[in-house]
Amino acid sequence: MTALPAATAKKLGLVIDLDTCVGCQACATSCKEWNAQGYSGPLADVDPYGADPHGPWLNRVHSYDVGEGPASRTVHFPRSCLHCEEPACVTVCPTGASYKRAEDGIVLVDPDTCIGCKLCSWACPYGAREYDYVEGVMRKCTLCVDRIYNRHLPEEDRIPACVRACPTGARHFGDLGDPSSPVSQLVAERGGFDLLPEFGYRPVNKYLPPRPRRDALAAGTEDAPREAVPRGGDAGGAAERLFAWIDRVLAGNPSPAADAGKAPGA
Amino acid sequence: MHPAYSVIVFTTASGAGLGLMVWLSLGALFGLVPTGRWLGLAGFALAFALLGGGLLASTAHLGRPERAWRAFSQWRTSWLSREGVLAVATCVPAGILAAGWVFLQAAAGLFAATALLTALSALATLYSTGMIYASLPTIRQWHQPLTAPVYVVLGLASGAVVANLLLALLGEPRRGAAWLAIALIALSALLKWLYWLRIDGEAREHTIEAATGLGRLGRVRPLEPPHTQPNFVMREMGYRVARRHARRLRRLALVLAFAVPAAATLLSLAPGVGAAGALAALVSMALGLLVERWLFFAEAEHVAMLYYGAEAA
Repeated sequence: MTALPAATAKKLGLVIDLDTCVGCQACATSCKEWNAQGYSGPLADVDPYGADPHGPWLNRVHSYDVGEGPASRTVHFPRSCLHCEEPACVTVCPTGASYKRAEDGIVLVDPDTCIGCKLCSWACPYGAREYDYVEGVMRKCTLCVDRIYNRHLPEEDRIPACVRACPTGARHFGDLGDPSSPVSQLVAERGGFDLLPEFGYRPVNKYLPPRPRRDALAAGTEDAPREAVPRGGDAGGAAERLFAWIDRVLAGNPSPAADAGKAPGA
Repeated sequence: MHPAYSVIVFTTASGAGLGLMVWLSLGALFGLVPTGRWLGLAGFALAFALLGGGLLASTAHLGRPERAWRAFSQWRTSWLSREGVLAVATCVPAGILAAGWVFLQAAAGLFAATALLTALSALATLYSTGMIYASLPTIRQWHQPLTAPVYVVLGLASGAVVANLLLALLGEPRRGAAWLAIALIALSALLKWLYWLRIDGEAREHTIEAATGLGRLGRVRPLEPPHTQPNFVMREMGYRVARRHARRLRRLALVLAFAVPAAATLLSLAPGVGAAGALAALVSMALGLLVERWLFFAEAEHVAMLYYGAEAA
């Protein structure tokens, strides 16, 4: 049924920390590996070893350059289904293959009834749904529904594969409908935010913003550009200093002072 | 947005078929067309062929066409499902009306009721096709108050052009039909023009900063993509072939879908031109609508492309 449940008992979802994510892609590869079998499997690729390999991945990690000049920074940005409370992808589905579970709020696609019309992917502003060109059905994050309740797995593995794989603890899984849960408290403490809240789909997954810089630049005690990196040639033992002197003499420039301030490679 | 070729053919063909059904039904209901056997037979055969052919073509873009019947189930929430249900439902009164017309040459009593039902149901089907697109806030160029009206009026206009051709071929009086077609072509051209003005003039509200929530830190620029080759989202939502030629294609659509059909329909009233003019109007309009539909997709920008570096949507 594509009509949404009036309320869900739980709101299971992810909290993604943009401060600690290092963009290693472990969550994405681990997701693909787990989900190529089980509920979502197979996630077959088209032309996997050819010139144009592509196929459904349920989690994608972008990297963005954010801010200006020396204050700019790299932010790695994992993007997957946000398991919205009012998912338009579900209500537009003509077959009922897309649905939101009343018990835990997970948004799923039934691969046995999906007709592959792709309308759900048009309705999602987050680009979270990907079409499986081989199987002809839509794929999306299942929040590892086949792990989190799986009694055949050791208890510590009953979390989504992406969360289990993250080496920096940038991904957290839990019930965001319960204000006392660790994930809800984390969101409250760090000012977690929704993506594109203006669409009104009320994403369950939250993103934690990068923390403010704590270095001299942020304190305003240092202006850009920073001091040139020391060349390092005059450091070290006698042999290093000798080679550095020969290097300068051959360059017609025997004084170490003349070298200072030049950018490496200049 | 990537235009599914089958969807373009479907909306053009079934739009004309539904429009033709509306005009046949209203014509019969108000006694404006002769309820002779041949007009009923040819008219409804063509209308059913256009609608059925369009519906069949539309299944070609599905990953699993054999499951298409499931799309009739979710009419409570889904415009796509409503369209399917209404398209098939329209065939019931249309079939009864066609049978009465062809076998009994009757359009009164029960048949008048089915004619009214057919017209209303066909209109509702056209409207739900438009609403599939208009109901998506993720695509600004589609989420417009004029999207559904343009679909409806274009369907009615192309249906009237087909009706004019049928009446010409059967040698029936058709001054009213021709002028109806011309008026609808003019109305659809006006609405489409207003639609283009609107999508060109509107500000793009969504930015990459808003999509990532990182605007508080400053400008956001893509640094590294998540994958080396375009994925489904980029292939489907990022499709832009023809967008750079939008101005030229709009002019082409204006000429082929509106100017030529209106002129040819008018000419078809001249003695000696008749069916040839009406046929020219239909061929030109069909080509023009294919261009218009392609452009409808190619000009559509999806919000999800912000994550892939689109500056605004």
